[in-house]
Amino acid sequence: MQMNQTELECLAAAVPARRGIRVAISNLSKSYAERMVLQQTQLNLDAGEFVAVVGRSGCGKSTLLRLIAELEKADSGQITFADNHHRPETRIMFQDSRLLPWKRVLDNVALGLPKLNDAAAQALRQVGLEDRAAEWPAVLSGGQRQRVALARALVHDPELLLLDEPLGALDALTRIEMQQLIESLWRERGFTALLVTHDVQEAIALADRVVLIEDGRITFDERIELPRPRSRGHAAFAQLEERILARVLSRPDCKS
Amino acid sequence: MELRISRNFLQAKLTCWVVPVLLLSTWELAAQIGWLSSRILPEPLAVAKAAWSLSLSGELWTHLSVSLWRAVSSFMVGGSLGLLLGLLTGSFKRAETLLDTTLQMIRNIPALALIPMVILWFGIGESAKLFLVSLGVFFPIYLNTFHGIRSVDKGLIEMARSYGLNGWPLYRDVILPGALPSILVGVRFSLGLVWVLLIVAETIAAQSGIGYMTMNAREFLQTDVVLVGILLYALLGKLADVLSRLLERYFLCWHPGYR
Ligand SMILES: Nc1ncnc2c1ncn2[C@@H]1O[C@H](COP(=O)(O)OP(=O)(O)OP(=O)(O)O)[C@@H](O)[C@H]1O
Ligand SMILES: [Mg+2]
Repeated sequence: MQMNQTELECLAAAVPARRGIRVAISNLSKSYAERMVLQQTQLNLDAGEFVAVVGRSGCGKSTLLRLIAELEKADSGQITFADNHHRPETRIMFQDSRLLPWKRVLDNVALGLPKLNDAAAQALRQVGLEDRAAEWPAVLSGGQRQRVALARALVHDPELLLLDEPLGALDALTRIEMQQLIESLWRERGFTALLVTHDVQEAIALADRVVLIEDGRITFDERIELPRPRSRGHAAFAQLEERILARVLSRPDCKS
Repeated sequence: MELRISRNFLQAKLTCWVVPVLLLSTWELAAQIGWLSSRILPEPLAVAKAAWSLSLSGELWTHLSVSLWRAVSSFMVGGSLGLLLGLLTGSFKRAETLLDTTLQMIRNIPALALIPMVILWFGIGESAKLFLVSLGVFFPIYLNTFHGIRSVDKGLIEMARSYGLNGWPLYRDVILPGALPSILVGVRFSLGLVWVLLIVAETIAAQSGIGYMTMNAREFLQTDVVLVGILLYALLGKLADVLSRLLERYFLCWHPGYR
């Protein structure tokens, strides 16, 4: 129901209804068995902003996401959402789709909904898989599974969507398709998005801001001013990519 | 195309029966020309006749139903206890520390080694057999349930929790279905074991049942009846196997390995 309303508003105002929430992360620290993963990390996300996190493997990107999703407890520091203190609707998408293999596609999407309703079918339609609703996840391709996982996340109409390399295992073509899907859904819904990725190009294509984690801190924060939709062939795009990549690679001593 | 497939299928069906039929006819022939004494191995025809007359007199059905009843009831008792305790120790760390060591110790005693004690405790009545078979059936189901619960994909549980599932819904939608393949392996194992244990229990101490029928026949050198009993056990074992396969087909229809 809410979704319908959101869509109507979109049409009426041609300005996305901003459902996103502001996130403020301050002095966040986390260590596993004496190994400092995050040290006093600071990061702010504006409402409805799309932020990409890049960094070398093992630098704590997933840890940051898991802390925000409350799958893990921080040693110290705070994560606050908006001004009021209610826990926002947060959904996380993982590299593996984590669909329940014993539930059909539609039931997977409806996971955690009060009861099976139209919303699940509609979310499935938005990712273009309404005709696979009655199948088992095992028969879907990797890209289709990620689309189902995306539908499952979106059906809850999240205020904050956390994406942990959701496209990492996909082939280049499916990846670009998925990026476009994520971007269009984000523009339509206006949730705040935090995307972890290894792919600098992906980060630049999607994000308003690209941040780099190094040594448990955010050491680089760049606003991407390119107009959307962004074309990869653009000279400015390539320049930016080269610059950020150089910055990511410049410090080979990342803890691992 | 269609026709060729069905003919191939028919051929395959027939081919697998060639060897049994050949064996059976050799056996019959050997008995007819006197190579095999009927005291050692009765001819197939005699076995068939014995089965026929036993079933006409109703004796076969009484023994069969008694054995079947024993198998079903001890499977139910042992199996449900195993399932329950397995779910308990698998789901709660505290239950595991409390119970698992004890159960693992008992598991190392072969059920059949307990026969003398069981006869002392229960005499040779129904409860002795029920106890023995239930005990044997208990462990495969217990162990596989425990293992199944423990090996449910942690990523799925984490995902379900972050989608707001907790308590019973989490258990019903994620943990139980995740453990089911393993639990069904235990069920299958137990169903196979029921008959082995029942054969032993019935041949040692019983006044009815297929085991009793065969032991009785042996005393009177009725080798054909003995063979009927053995074949019945084989048939029931096969039935149990088919049943467990059906259960797997039904419950694991989502699993690519069971389609
Ligand atoms: N549960 C855990 N127990 C112990 N150490 C952990 C745990 N989770 C993560 N770590 C450690 O924390 C560090 C950061 O892990 P994290 O998964 O956040 O890295 P990442 O940046 O996501 O890497 P990748 O890009 O390879 O996914 C690693 O050194 C890892 O070994
Ligand atoms: Mg990671």
